[in-house]
Amino acid sequence: MQLPRSAEQRRLLGLAPALVTIGIFMVVPMFILLVFSFLEADPYGGVEPVFSLDAYVQILYEIDFDDSLIFNPIYLGIIWRSVVLALVATVGCLILGFPVAYFITRQDARTQNLLLYLITLPFWTNQLVRVYSWILILSQDGVIEQPLKAAGVIDDSLGMMYTNGAITIGLVYSYLPLMVLPIYASLEKLDFRLIEAAHDLYANRLKVMTKIIVPLAMSGILAGCILVFVPSLGAFIAPDLLGGGKKLMLGSLIQLQFASSRNWPFGSAIAICLLCLVMAALMIQARSAARRRAMEESR
Amino acid sequence: MGDGSLFLGEGELTGSDAATALSVRNVVKTFGSGAGAVTALNDVSVEIQSNEFFTLLGPSGCGKTTLLRLTAGFEQPTDGEIFLFGEEIENLPPHERPVNTVFQHYALFPHMTVAENIGFGLRMLKWSPPETRSRVSETLALVKMEEFAERKPNQLSGGQQQRIALARALAPRPKVLLLDEPLSALDLKLRQAMRHELKTLQRETGITFIFVTHDQEEALTMSDRIAVMSAGLIQQIGSPLDIYERPHNRFVADFIGDTNFLDARIERVTKDVARCSTAGGLSFSTPVVDGHGAGDTVTLAVRPERITLSKGAGKTAFPVEDATYLGTDTSYRIGLGDGAFLNVRDQNSEAGTGRFVSGDTVKLAFSDGAARMLVD
Repeated sequence: MQLPRSAEQRRLLGLAPALVTIGIFMVVPMFILLVFSFLEADPYGGVEPVFSLDAYVQILYEIDFDDSLIFNPIYLGIIWRSVVLALVATVGCLILGFPVAYFITRQDARTQNLLLYLITLPFWTNQLVRVYSWILILSQDGVIEQPLKAAGVIDDSLGMMYTNGAITIGLVYSYLPLMVLPIYASLEKLDFRLIEAAHDLYANRLKVMTKIIVPLAMSGILAGCILVFVPSLGAFIAPDLLGGGKKLMLGSLIQLQFASSRNWPFGSAIAICLLCLVMAALMIQARSAARRRAMEESR
Repeated sequence: MGDGSLFLGEGELTGSDAATALSVRNVVKTFGSGAGAVTALNDVSVEIQSNEFFTLLGPSGCGKTTLLRLTAGFEQPTDGEIFLFGEEIENLPPHERPVNTVFQHYALFPHMTVAENIGFGLRMLKWSPPETRSRVSETLALVKMEEFAERKPNQLSGGQQQRIALARALAPRPKVLLLDEPLSALDLKLRQAMRHELKTLQRETGITFIFVTHDQEEALTMSDRIAVMSAGLIQQIGSPLDIYERPHNRFVADFIGDTNFLDARIERVTKDVARCSTAGGLSFSTPVVDGHGAGDTVTLAVRPERITLSKGAGKTAFPVEDATYLGTDTSYRIGLGDGAFLNVRDQNSEAGTGRFVSGDTVKLAFSDGAARMLVD
């Protein structure tokens, strides 16, 4: 066999395995999803090969019996709730995760490994089980309310379950390791002599944190935020179990369409919407990273 | 830090009064506890004068860096006090002490430009932006790095980073500048150039420099005074001349330069000057230390370059056992009998590999005060 002549061709050949893998496992399914979203639903599941924009129209409008469109804010509400809850969960993970990551980097090597192992430990069990355990904690006769009731502190239920708060707790709990690990990775590279140097140059603890540690850990912070925000946006286990199906998020909505509602095109259309939201989030992140870099260079 | 009274004003920069800049009193520093405890400093006291270029010299692990870190505030002494211009500072955190440090590996902030690095201390002291800018450019000029203001540290060579680290520490005009082996990461030529520059900077700014090094040549060329440290103790404090010519004990004599150690017996003592002789028949006059008297056995230190060789034979001549050509001079090993020997340095003032070869016999002459009696 003759090797391709130009450098360009050789490069492509080298990339081929990666391109094939990405093609089979990402591009093809995405394409199927995109195609399905423009087809008509088969009431027994699957799709009928007829072009239709109904799925997208359905996100915003209800089709009345006389075929007129009535604005329907339900799905917009779900999208809005998804974005807000995912953002809150991301901020929650950041607030909890940064100190944890910083604490781990200050330990000796052996303790660091042990703590990192403990951080990843929840991943070794099924996510469903992990989120389910929060029901035992938050529910009416759970481990929080039961003793309080027995002690007579409260008479009625606190109503913690099936709220946005419960969903957020579930999301933070599920994705916290994804925040801790990248921040740990960037803090771990940080030269602690820089902290001494800053102290020496009259910076107090707060200034050292804001002027030295956080800026140098920014790449890890941004990576962690994306890693938490993206799956939170599409999560369905936490909203299903802790939101009780009353507080739908995008993930649960999609899951519903493909399973019980048997409306594959609508599910696909929402999935495409979710994809667009994620792309938007990634683009904002890339933009802000580029702006930060440009600002640093221009200063 | 608001009042700023701890900092030198512009007008005071060149004024040289003989005030004590740093006073370390009976400082003990122990790391760890129980059986694994390590004593880094064992009751160290030292007074460093204002305007002085003071060097802490010693091998690694001698406690010199610990003393520097205690002064900067990165460590707290286990016992003892530290005063900076009369103010007790050992309990102040680093950011409240008007001292700055030049770190061994520079520790420049990688996410800031050179100018931002230099201005960092000033911004933390809440200087106004115009004041900060003018001090930054002034300091950049001082270290001759004006054109690098907007570069990032990783775009600079080691020597350039060194200058910026120096500028960053100098910009707030600290009362005392601490330098932790700042030249050790540079190559030889640059190191030699920087020695001269550091000394000049110290004179120009009038700031007290406390310089930590394990390099005796660095210490000898730059310092007003040197403290030689070993095993958590200060072995001797003195001018470079004192330290080299009049070493106090065996450690100092051995650590600074090359030295011959000779065992000798004191024959007689006249007016604090002892006449000593060695088993091999050499005799020396040296000031008495440690209250030794006639008949005592003492150790003498003799510098190899203070011995002159001449061709000779007979009872007072000794054999050349080995000759090593070293470029500027030749090192001879002269046998004194009983396995004892002397190292002698003889300058190569003429072309060739040296005046003598192994097997020659030579006579020895010692210049005045060549030998020093050491404290045991």
